[in-house]
Amino acid sequence: MALYSEKVMDHFRNPRNVGVIENADGVGKVGNAKCGDIMEIYLKIDNDIITDAKFETFGCGSAIASSSMATEMIKGKPVSEAAQLTNKAVTEALDGLPPQKIHCSVLAEEAIKKALDDYYQKNGESK
Amino acid sequence: MNIYADNAATTKMSKAAIEAMLPYMDEIYGNPSSLHSVGQRANEALADARMRIATLLNCEPREITFTSGGSEADNQALISAAKLGERVGKKHIISTAFEHHAVLHTLDKLGKMGFEITLLDVPENGLITPEEVEAAIRPDTCLVSVMYANNEIGTVQPITEIGAVCRAHGVLFHTDAVQAAGHLHIDIKAQNIDMLSLSAHKFHGPKGIGVLYSKKGILLSNVIEGGAQERGKRAGTENLPAIMGMAAALEEACHSIDEHAAHLIPLRNKLIDGLAQIPHSILNGDKDKRLPSNVHFCFEGIEGESLLLLLDDKGICASSGSACTSGSLDPSHVLLAIGRPHEIAHGSLRLSLSEDVTEEEVDYMIQAVTDVVTYLRNMSPVWRELTSGKSEFIIK
Repeated sequence: MALYSEKVMDHFRNPRNVGVIENADGVGKVGNAKCGDIMEIYLKIDNDIITDAKFETFGCGSAIASSSMATEMIKGKPVSEAAQLTNKAVTEALDGLPPQKIHCSVLAEEAIKKALDDYYQKNGESK
Repeated sequence: MNIYADNAATTKMSKAAIEAMLPYMDEIYGNPSSLHSVGQRANEALADARMRIATLLNCEPREITFTSGGSEADNQALISAAKLGERVGKKHIISTAFEHHAVLHTLDKLGKMGFEITLLDVPENGLITPEEVEAAIRPDTCLVSVMYANNEIGTVQPITEIGAVCRAHGVLFHTDAVQAAGHLHIDIKAQNIDMLSLSAHKFHGPKGIGVLYSKKGILLSNVIEGGAQERGKRAGTENLPAIMGMAAALEEACHSIDEHAAHLIPLRNKLIDGLAQIPHSILNGDKDKRLPSNVHFCFEGIEGESLLLLLDDKGICASSGSACTSGSLDPSHVLLAIGRPHEIAHGSLRLSLSEDVTEEEVDYMIQAVTDVVTYLRNMSPVWRELTSGKSEFIIK
């Protein structure tokens, strides 16, 4: 059996939403290079709707695939819905991750939450 | 293009090794311990293989113990030497921080049993010196274990000189020659070796078979108890097909060491020079005192597992010392031992070439690695911070 599902390999080989959004409405960065994983997620938000999401990731195949999938899952969604995204949902959407790689999906969830916190803060709102 | 560049992990079996094994599966399939003629034919073959391997290593046949591979040989060598030391009150062992885990984990176990372990620091060039070994020897030192060639960064240790230092101090010297056997010359007598481990699948022989050489007079302790095979020091019916395959593979490899090195070294150097052109990359291990087949780099700003997966897509099989490929949270202990920080060690790549690698393949590997590193850096937040001056490059 291959290490990763076809879905993971697809999002790893052809990652969606790679890049940076200039003047993003929310930015979230998690992880550290010492541990081998860093994710940074950028959100463009209009009227509480996420109109664009981009990411940059330093990490293994599943870290890149998780960032790609997570950004796909929140694009076009209201911020309230994006805030509910769980690592479990990301993992399921990828048709599963090996046990030692689940933390990659956790990073994706955390990066999005952090980007949303940044958005709330910039807009002077609390959750 | 398909290039298998992970020969330090394992090799393809040679035709000669496969052919040498076949008769011992369905023709001469007897148990060498049986008295009947089928068994005795097997026993003769076993003796013949032992003699041929002893000749290649320049030792006596009775000094060869067949094991299940390099790890078992390392375990048995260290445990045996430790027990011999303990008998005379010597419970100090010297080794290095970048040994294979078969050595390091056995030393951990001995440490828990009351032995004192000194692991020598490894300088950035990946070369242990005989002076460093000598300075660590104490009156209660019973064993020095230093690998012949490192399995990750490929550096070749001055084992002849280290062996001489050990002999002068009356300390047993073991070398893990798993990466060296069949690739570098081994002469047990000339190189002052008391114990040596090797594994057949690293030189185009079968998996699951190896050798522990131990000098006459060194009493081995059993790791596996049972029957009287291997002079009672390693129980279990001998894996004769594998032993015959190993003997054939070692003969073939040893007879071509110089020829293979002459072919590999210029291509290895071309690959090193090509990859060194990638900005903020660094070669791990001394450029010259390394295995003819080994190329090992760190690339700043990327992670090794994604590098391997994308190289695999381009038909290149390689290996990395990143945490994601090591199965633990820490990157390779070898890279940490030579002083590479975690961030850098995660972005490592080992290409271990086969003897039939071509210049065209080397050119392809240089291009593929350059492309993949550039691609991954372009999506790396670490790389953006480095290039925008927000953080400082570690590899200049």
